[in-house]
Amino acid sequence: MAGRKKMKKSTRSNLMTFGFVIAFWALIEIVRMTGHMTAKIGGLLIPVCAYVVMAISLNLVVGFLGELSLGHAAFMSAGAFAGIYFYTTAGAALPQWLAVLIAFLIGGAAAGIFGVLVGIPVLRLSGDYLAIVTLASGEILKNVLGAMYIGSDSRGLHFSLKDQFSLGMEPDGKMLLKGAMGIMGIKKFSVFTVGIVLILITLIFVTNLMNSRAGRAITAIRDDEIAARATGINLTKYKLMAFVSAAVFAGFAGVLYALNYSSLVADKFDYNLSINVLVMVVLGGMGNVLGGIIAAIILTVLPEMLRGFSQYRMFIYSIVLIVMMLFNQAPAFVSWRKRFMMRFRKKAPVSGKEGI
Amino acid sequence: MQFLSYLARGISLGSVYALIALGYTMVYGIAKMLNFAHGDVIMVGGYVVFFTFCKGGIHPVLAIIIAMGACTLLGITIERVAYRPLRGASSLSVLITAIGVSYFLQNGAMLLWKSDPKSFTSVVKLKPLVLFGGQLQISAESIVTILVSVVIMIVLIWFVQYTKPGHAMQAVSEDRGAAQLMGINVNGIISMTFAIGSALAAVAGALLLSSYPTLIPTTGAMPGIKAFVAAVFGGIGSIPGAFLGGILLGIIENLSKAYISTQLSDAVVFLVLIVVLLVKPTGLLGRKTTVKV
Repeated sequence: MAGRKKMKKSTRSNLMTFGFVIAFWALIEIVRMTGHMTAKIGGLLIPVCAYVVMAISLNLVVGFLGELSLGHAAFMSAGAFAGIYFYTTAGAALPQWLAVLIAFLIGGAAAGIFGVLVGIPVLRLSGDYLAIVTLASGEILKNVLGAMYIGSDSRGLHFSLKDQFSLGMEPDGKMLLKGAMGIMGIKKFSVFTVGIVLILITLIFVTNLMNSRAGRAITAIRDDEIAARATGINLTKYKLMAFVSAAVFAGFAGVLYALNYSSLVADKFDYNLSINVLVMVVLGGMGNVLGGIIAAIILTVLPEMLRGFSQYRMFIYSIVLIVMMLFNQAPAFVSWRKRFMMRFRKKAPVSGKEGI
Repeated sequence: MQFLSYLARGISLGSVYALIALGYTMVYGIAKMLNFAHGDVIMVGGYVVFFTFCKGGIHPVLAIIIAMGACTLLGITIERVAYRPLRGASSLSVLITAIGVSYFLQNGAMLLWKSDPKSFTSVVKLKPLVLFGGQLQISAESIVTILVSVVIMIVLIWFVQYTKPGHAMQAVSEDRGAAQLMGINVNGIISMTFAIGSALAAVAGALLLSSYPTLIPTTGAMPGIKAFVAAVFGGIGSIPGAFLGGILLGIIENLSKAYISTQLSDAVVFLVLIVVLLVKPTGLLGRKTTVKV
C-alpha cells in the first residue's frame, strides 16, 4: 500500500457519495427481499428518490452558484406535467418502459426550456431580487397550470384557461387536463431501482460538472462575481448553465414523482415544496452533495415517522429544524463544537473557515 | 362605477399588504434578513383579537392594543431565541431558521386553537360610505384600513427621520459596525425593529380579518408572501416603497380578479412584479447600490 498514490480529496468524497447511494439501494432491496418492507416505507421510496434528485439539483444553484432560488418546485412541476401529459396520451400506445423513458426525456426538456425562459431574465438580478422572481415564476406556473383545461376529441385538441365547458368539446371527447383537478388516471409506474438510477445519473452529471472547467467557473462566480468577471469568465453563460441543468434534473424528478401517483395536480408543487427542498440543501450543508442527500432522506422520512404523534408531528418537525439550524450554524455553537471536538483529536485542524 | 368600487377594495387590500410589508422592509433594512415568520405573526395577532374582541367582547381598540402587545412580545422573543444566535452566520441559514419559526407558529396555532376556521367579526362598526346616490358603496372597513395605514406610514417616516432611535436605526441599517463604534446598541435597535414590525402585523391582522373574516392557522401565510412581494416591488428597505408596493399590489390583484380571472389573479400579480424588476432591478423606490472593487 505504501507506494500507492493518495486519492484526491474530491474523488474520495465523490466515491463516498456514490457508495452511500448504492448502499442505500442495497439496504432497501435486502429489506424488501427478507420481507420486512412495510407499505408505509414502500410508498415513501419514490418520493425520497425524487427529493434526493431535487436536493442535488438545487444544490447546483444554491450551493455551487450561490444564488437563492425559491421556485425549484416549478421546474419539477413543468417536468411532471409535460412528461405525464405525453405518458397518458401518446405514450399509452407504446410499451410502458419506452413510454416512461420518453416521458423522462420530455419532462427534462420541458423543465429545461422553462429554466431558460425564467433564467435569462432572472439571472440579470441578484440576491433577494432573484429569489423573489424565482418564487414569482413558480407561483405563475402553478396558477396557470391550475387554471388550464385541455381536452381532445375527433376535431383535435382544445385548450382553455376558463373552464371545462368553454372548450366546446364533442360529448365523447376526452379530458386530458382538468384545471385544478389536474391529470387523472395515470397508470402508475413506481420502480425503486429507476429512482436510484436517476439519482446516480444526477450524481455523475453534477460531480463531473463540478470538476470541470465550467464547474470551476461556477464556483468562482459564487466566491467573487467581480473577480470572476475580471478573469474573463462569461457570467451569463455559466450562471445559465448551472440554473438550466438544475431545472432539467428537477424536471426528471418531477416525472419520477408523478409516475408514483394516479393523479397529478399543480397545487402540489407550490412554494412550500420549494422551501422544503431548500431546507434539505441548507441543512445538508450548501455545496455538500452527500449532506444534501442525507438531509433529503431524513426530512422526507421524519415527518412520516412522526405520524404516531399525529397532530404534534409538524410542530416537532419545526422545532427540530430550528434547533438543528442553531446547532449547525450559530457562530457560538460552531466554536463550542470545535473546542469540544479538539479534546478528542490530537492534531486538530483549527484553521480554516467552517464550510457554510 | 363598478371600476371605482373594485379600485377601492383594491386599495384597502393593498393597505393591509402595505402594513405587513412595512414590517418586512424595516426588518430587512436593519437586520438584513427576510423574516419569513412575519406573516404568521399576523395570524397570531388575529387570534388574539378574535379571543379578546369577538369572543371576549371587549372594546375593539383595546383588543387591538392587547394584540399589539402580544405580537411585540412574540416578535422580540423570536428575534432573541431564533435569530440573534445566528447573527454572523450566512444569510441563508437565518432564512431557513425563519422558515422553521414560521412552521412553528403555524403548527403551534394548530395545536392551541385547532384547525377549524373561526369566523371573525369586523372590528369596524360603522356604516359603509355611499356615494353617487347609492351607485358606489365603499365599506367602512376599507376606509378605516386605508386611513390607519396612511397614518401609520406617516408616523413611521417621522419616527425614522426625526427621532433619536430613528436615527440610530438608520445608522445600523447603513453600517452596523460603524454604528456600534458610535455607541449605538445594535442588538437593542434590532429588537426594537422587530417589536415595531410585529405590532404593525397585529394591526394588519385585525384589519385583514375584518375584510376577509376566515381565521385559520395558515391565514397569515399568503398575505405574508404577498407583502414580501410588495416590499420587493417597492424596493426593499424603503418605507414609502413598501407602502407604494403594497397599494399597487392590492389594486392589481383586485382588478385582475375582476377583469381577467379569479384563478389567474395571483399569476398576473407576479407577472407584473417580474416585469417591474426587469425594468427597475431594485424595485420602484429602491436605492441603486454601486459595487466598488
